[in-house]
Amino acid sequence: MPLIFDIAITHIAGRGRQTLVAVIGVAVGVGFSIAMAALMQGGQDDFVRQLVDTMPHVDITDEQRTARRQPAEDAFATVAISGLRPRDDRRGIINPTAATSWLESWIPGRFAASLKTQGVIRYSSREVGAAIIGIEPERESGVSPIVGDFVEGSFSALAAGGNNVLIGDTMASRLGAGFGDTITAVSSEGLTRNFKIAGLFHTGTTARDEGEAYVLLKNAQILSARPNAINEIRIKLDDPNRAPAVAHRAEAELGYKAVAWQEANESILEALVVRNVIMYTVVGAIMLVAGFGIYNIISTITHEKARDIAIMKSLGFPESDMRRLFLLEGVAIGAAGSVLGALLGFSMTYALSLVRFEIAATGQEMTRLPIAWSLMHYVIASAFALGSAAVAGYLPARRAARLNPVEIIRGAS
Amino acid sequence: MSALIETEKLTRVLPETVPVTLVKDITLAIDEREFVAVTGPSGSGKSSLLYLLGLLDRPTAGTLRIGGRDTEPMNERERARTRLSMLGFVFQFHFLLPEFTARENVEIPMRKLGQLARPQMRERAGELLSSLGLSEHLDKRPDQLSGGQRQRVAVARSLANDPPLILADEPTGSLDSKSSEQVFAILENLVRERGKTVVAVTHDLDMAARMDRRIHIVDGKIG
Repeated sequence: MPLIFDIAITHIAGRGRQTLVAVIGVAVGVGFSIAMAALMQGGQDDFVRQLVDTMPHVDITDEQRTARRQPAEDAFATVAISGLRPRDDRRGIINPTAATSWLESWIPGRFAASLKTQGVIRYSSREVGAAIIGIEPERESGVSPIVGDFVEGSFSALAAGGNNVLIGDTMASRLGAGFGDTITAVSSEGLTRNFKIAGLFHTGTTARDEGEAYVLLKNAQILSARPNAINEIRIKLDDPNRAPAVAHRAEAELGYKAVAWQEANESILEALVVRNVIMYTVVGAIMLVAGFGIYNIISTITHEKARDIAIMKSLGFPESDMRRLFLLEGVAIGAAGSVLGALLGFSMTYALSLVRFEIAATGQEMTRLPIAWSLMHYVIASAFALGSAAVAGYLPARRAARLNPVEIIRGAS
Repeated sequence: MSALIETEKLTRVLPETVPVTLVKDITLAIDEREFVAVTGPSGSGKSSLLYLLGLLDRPTAGTLRIGGRDTEPMNERERARTRLSMLGFVFQFHFLLPEFTARENVEIPMRKLGQLARPQMRERAGELLSSLGLSEHLDKRPDQLSGGQRQRVAVARSLANDPPLILADEPTGSLDSKSSEQVFAILENLVRERGKTVVAVTHDLDMAARMDRRIHIVDGKIG
């Protein structure tokens, strides 16, 4: 109805300052909702990302979920056997070439095979227990958590070949060794080999910085006297959420234990669900408060217009016109406020994303506030504001329209 | 030919804990081209009667016919439609819409009725205002006009859809004597020249004496 539309426009335009205040009120509500949602969601995503990035999405190791049946048990099925001395199996993933080429054929992501063996790193008279991990640098770079975290040297130093080793900076300081020094690695098989430190990394994960040493795969195989063996395949997927399905398929086919990151971090993910609930509660509360503010502003305007409603009714406008008029005004203010609020929210989110601070404990890492950019925040906040504005225009108008105009006319005279 | 307004035992009671009778058993008939004064002391119910006649309020008992049509079975929408086409109001306070110019205020009832094209509405609003001596104030907003000028705009607005009946509630109540005289002359002119029926509530007995007919209300009844 163009007449109602015209009246609404004139009403809104005619009260410049009041309209401006209302629009800004809506915009502030929408803007803060958006910025808070971006911050909360960003924190959440960042937490998951840190969790997911530091570990393989699927980890296949040379273990089984249940102890392997012993040959004697197969041979004498009905007899209970006790005190059986288990057969010593050859450890490691059997037929690694077949396993990796099979994975190559279907995995949506990258993977790397490695051999992990326990050993001791020795320098001068100091010893530190370590997991000595043999890797193929080219494949490893796709899944490694350490590639980007070098303090000295770099990951590519390993690819150059030779007896190089990459260790964490914490381990280096415990050993008293530095970049370029030669350390001695002793494996659990009793074999010894010297390596030159070609890189120091700092990932922020203490267990890794203190307890892992990376060498070439063949060096690890020599150290543990297991030529051509591997005992771990780590997989990074393009979409981390597909990890359980990939793990399930790999385990069924290869027969080895394949653990998805979700399974490995079940307790953390449970805590994450709680965090999610808190996040939605906080963002919801902010929107609710904003919604009430919007309702307050617009319903006040509508109340002030009760006299106009009485006038228009006396002129011959039906109640439905009055409801429609103020609904329209509420929605118009809500829409203008939402647009302005989206801009405000975007600016505030951008400003927040520029905030940088240092983590005091190490003094090394500069961190930005984690921000999630999501169109969904804008859509939800705007829809909420528009809804509040519509209700705030409609409800008081409905009451005022129902009111007998005589009461308002009398009240004014 | 039937009268423009006919009432029979028109009664309005406010449903309070102690019911208040505003208007009681009013039976009257007003013909076309009549210039009627409704007089009475404050609180006698004269304004209440006017609101009932103007379909702004519903009677609790009795019947009201406007233009020969019973108003009792009308729903809210039909009553609004009747107000729009049959009735014009002038209140003690001008009750113009403050954000609109004089001309726009007069155009609004026409646009709601929608029987003329927009340029014709504009022209008619201009003519109505000019005929009331407001040709220089067409595009002013109410707060830029004097009390008497506003009241004349309100009269022009009541004439917008050319209704046969104009209801006025103390139309000169808040005006000085000069402006009062002007507005009264305009109302009289509506009856004499334009053939309207004007029913005006007033407590000004001199003014009432100059009208065709006086209905005196005391305690909600014709006295």
